[in-house]
Amino acid sequence: MPVRTLTIDGKPVSAVEGQTVLDAAQDAGITIPTLCHLDGVSDVGACRLCLVEVTGVSRLLPACVTKVTEGMEVRTESERLKRYRRMILELLFAERNHVCAVCVSNGRCELQNLAVAQGMDHVRFAYRFPPYEVDITHRMFGMDHNRCVLCSRCVRVCWFIEGAATKNVAGRGAGARIITDLSQPWGKSETCTSCGKCVQACPTGAKFHKGSTVAEMERDRSRLEFIVTAREKKQWIV
Amino acid sequence: MDLADLLEIKEKELRTRKPIRLRCCLAAGCMSSNGQAVKDSLDKAVQEAGLADEVEVRGVGCMRLCCEGPLVAVDPAGILYQKVAPEDAASIVAALKGGETQVSRGDLNHPFFTKQMSIVLENSGEIDPERIESYIAADGYQALNDALVEMEPKEVIDAILKSGLRGRGGAGYPTGLKWATVAKMQSPKKYVICNADEGDPGAFMDRSVLESDPHRLLEGMAIAAYAVGADQGFIYVRAEYPLAISRLQTAIKQAKQHGLLGSGVLEAAFTFNVEIRIGAGAFVCGEETALMASIEGERGTPRPRPPFPAERGLYASPTLINNVETFANVPSIVRKGAEWFAGIGTEKSKGTKVFALAGKITNTGLIEVPMGTSLRTIVEEMGAGAPDGNQVKAVQTGGPSGGCVPASELDTPVDYESLQQLGSIMGSGGMIVMDQTTNMVDVARFFMDFCMDESCGKCIPCRAGTVQLHALLDRILRRQATARDLGLLEELCDLVKHTSLCGLGQTAPNPVLSTLRFFRNEYLELLQPEIGAPAGPGNAPKPDANPTR
Repeated sequence: MPVRTLTIDGKPVSAVEGQTVLDAAQDAGITIPTLCHLDGVSDVGACRLCLVEVTGVSRLLPACVTKVTEGMEVRTESERLKRYRRMILELLFAERNHVCAVCVSNGRCELQNLAVAQGMDHVRFAYRFPPYEVDITHRMFGMDHNRCVLCSRCVRVCWFIEGAATKNVAGRGAGARIITDLSQPWGKSETCTSCGKCVQACPTGAKFHKGSTVAEMERDRSRLEFIVTAREKKQWIV
Repeated sequence: MDLADLLEIKEKELRTRKPIRLRCCLAAGCMSSNGQAVKDSLDKAVQEAGLADEVEVRGVGCMRLCCEGPLVAVDPAGILYQKVAPEDAASIVAALKGGETQVSRGDLNHPFFTKQMSIVLENSGEIDPERIESYIAADGYQALNDALVEMEPKEVIDAILKSGLRGRGGAGYPTGLKWATVAKMQSPKKYVICNADEGDPGAFMDRSVLESDPHRLLEGMAIAAYAVGADQGFIYVRAEYPLAISRLQTAIKQAKQHGLLGSGVLEAAFTFNVEIRIGAGAFVCGEETALMASIEGERGTPRPRPPFPAERGLYASPTLINNVETFANVPSIVRKGAEWFAGIGTEKSKGTKVFALAGKITNTGLIEVPMGTSLRTIVEEMGAGAPDGNQVKAVQTGGPSGGCVPASELDTPVDYESLQQLGSIMGSGGMIVMDQTTNMVDVARFFMDFCMDESCGKCIPCRAGTVQLHALLDRILRRQATARDLGLLEELCDLVKHTSLCGLGQTAPNPVLSTLRFFRNEYLELLQPEIGAPAGPGNAPKPDANPTR
């Protein structure tokens, strides 16, 4: 396996060919903020939070889909990147109705954590307050579109880990939303296996176990990790 | 079908041509103002006058001066009748034989016509787009024959490289380089795609080519397929172009019947099939990765590049994607030589460019001019300026990805680099003229509204950023914004431009940035004093409050 040496924020890092900048950074203990990335499913480069600067490249590159190259110089913490990340988070908070105080994921929310980590303490954009519904037709799970950030992690685990292809994205632009089957109530779905992987994958309080109330929603990512490890490495950890 | 058969068809077509020919525009513009009825009544009038043996009425493609349609041209007399009504048919036919007609005539010596140079549009308005014989009579498919019989694929690519042809879809990537990359890929399957998802507001160049000369596109694609080693082509055309789709379907069928598509094209060991894919109305599907996803039946959203389509494109195979106008240049380059093409235009932008002139301009229509022609020539001479004695204020090029060039910069030559320096882009060729009655902030909001509506929603800066940009512009126009809002607008433009996933988002702020650059005063005039701060110099927005790096 050919080895590539690069620097991330001035720190020498070794990686293997084919690894992404994000993987290499994580291996070296360097944190790059992510939202749409989820270990085990393919990356889409959609949230733009993992954008990094690479010497010699005028564009910013998403670390999750950019492969390492020999001698690459990566910067993850410039003032410009920090400003962009804060602004992207501001846009997300203004987009739907993210009210932490009444959210099942309060305290365990990736969006909330990102805002804290990136120092996003206020929103300068006009809140959109879109009228979104909550789908609690499913026996075990609920979907609150007000809290969805459209990262599509639920869609990808549903398609590529469970293989049920129940979840999808419909509409476009600001009107895009996660749907079940052909935009039916979740409880009416004939393809949903009720595996709950989408609930485990959700970064915010958009997908939740029914019955959990404010700050009670805990996710168990080890369930996803178990399946991915079993499939990719043929190891069954108990 | 081989060269001899092609020449035989050509010879027969020219031999059976009648001495007097009436060309009726049957492209979408004239059709929408009753062009078909004009042609039908001309047909009838010719029959009634007993002139069927000497006069032929031919439906043709776009004759350029769309605002004066329906248009009828008379050969060989060299007359262009405009705004023809079906009732005028009898008098037009009578005028062929010395009679009188009151139908108004277009001035063919006007710069609108004389300053044009036709390569892509050479057959447009001349041939019948629904008859392959008509295209063959205009030397059609001879370039394909030249390529297949006399040239190696590499020689074709070299010719395109040497010609200096650059992508006409907007970005101006060297076409030959793209072809060479796809040709180098080792793969049992490769694809050629024509991007005919023309969606910029006010742009109709590609539609006119498809409606007026569909075989030219097929020939260009076939030559490209031979050069890169592909055997399957797709034309991705938007559903809003039903006439273009129907003419393409006819053309594909005819080309297959004549052995110019399918297996053993022109009796050479070359197979090429073309299928049409109809877009469902998403502007973002003009972005190449979204377009390919759409062809595959997936949701039309872009994906990060690399890998580029040349490496991993449609169905994960190497894929060549060019736009309609790019392919339409190819037959002429192969037939007339790379040197000929490279002799036209400027140092870095070769050949001609087709523009759709629209907006506040006297002569609305289609023009094809050599690269390097000044905007002033196009707008003031050819387009005859703004109507009703108004002054041209700005020219918008490049659609929602482009910008507004102010009247003071009209001497700019149209080429890729010059327009880019002005914060606009060449784009696919939409050119919208604005006069002094146009509010530039409103223009920016219009384009932002478009981008907001057309954003696919995949990446956050474009999905949520365009919404907020639109809201800020709206706030400014409602006179509710302050200098702080303008600062936020500029900061957000910077974010959306530099962090969006695909070209749609990356270029969405351009109309705002370019109007801010040249018409900043119009923004400042609409601003309100900051609440709690006294109006005055201290509260005025700083001219360089731009936080871009």
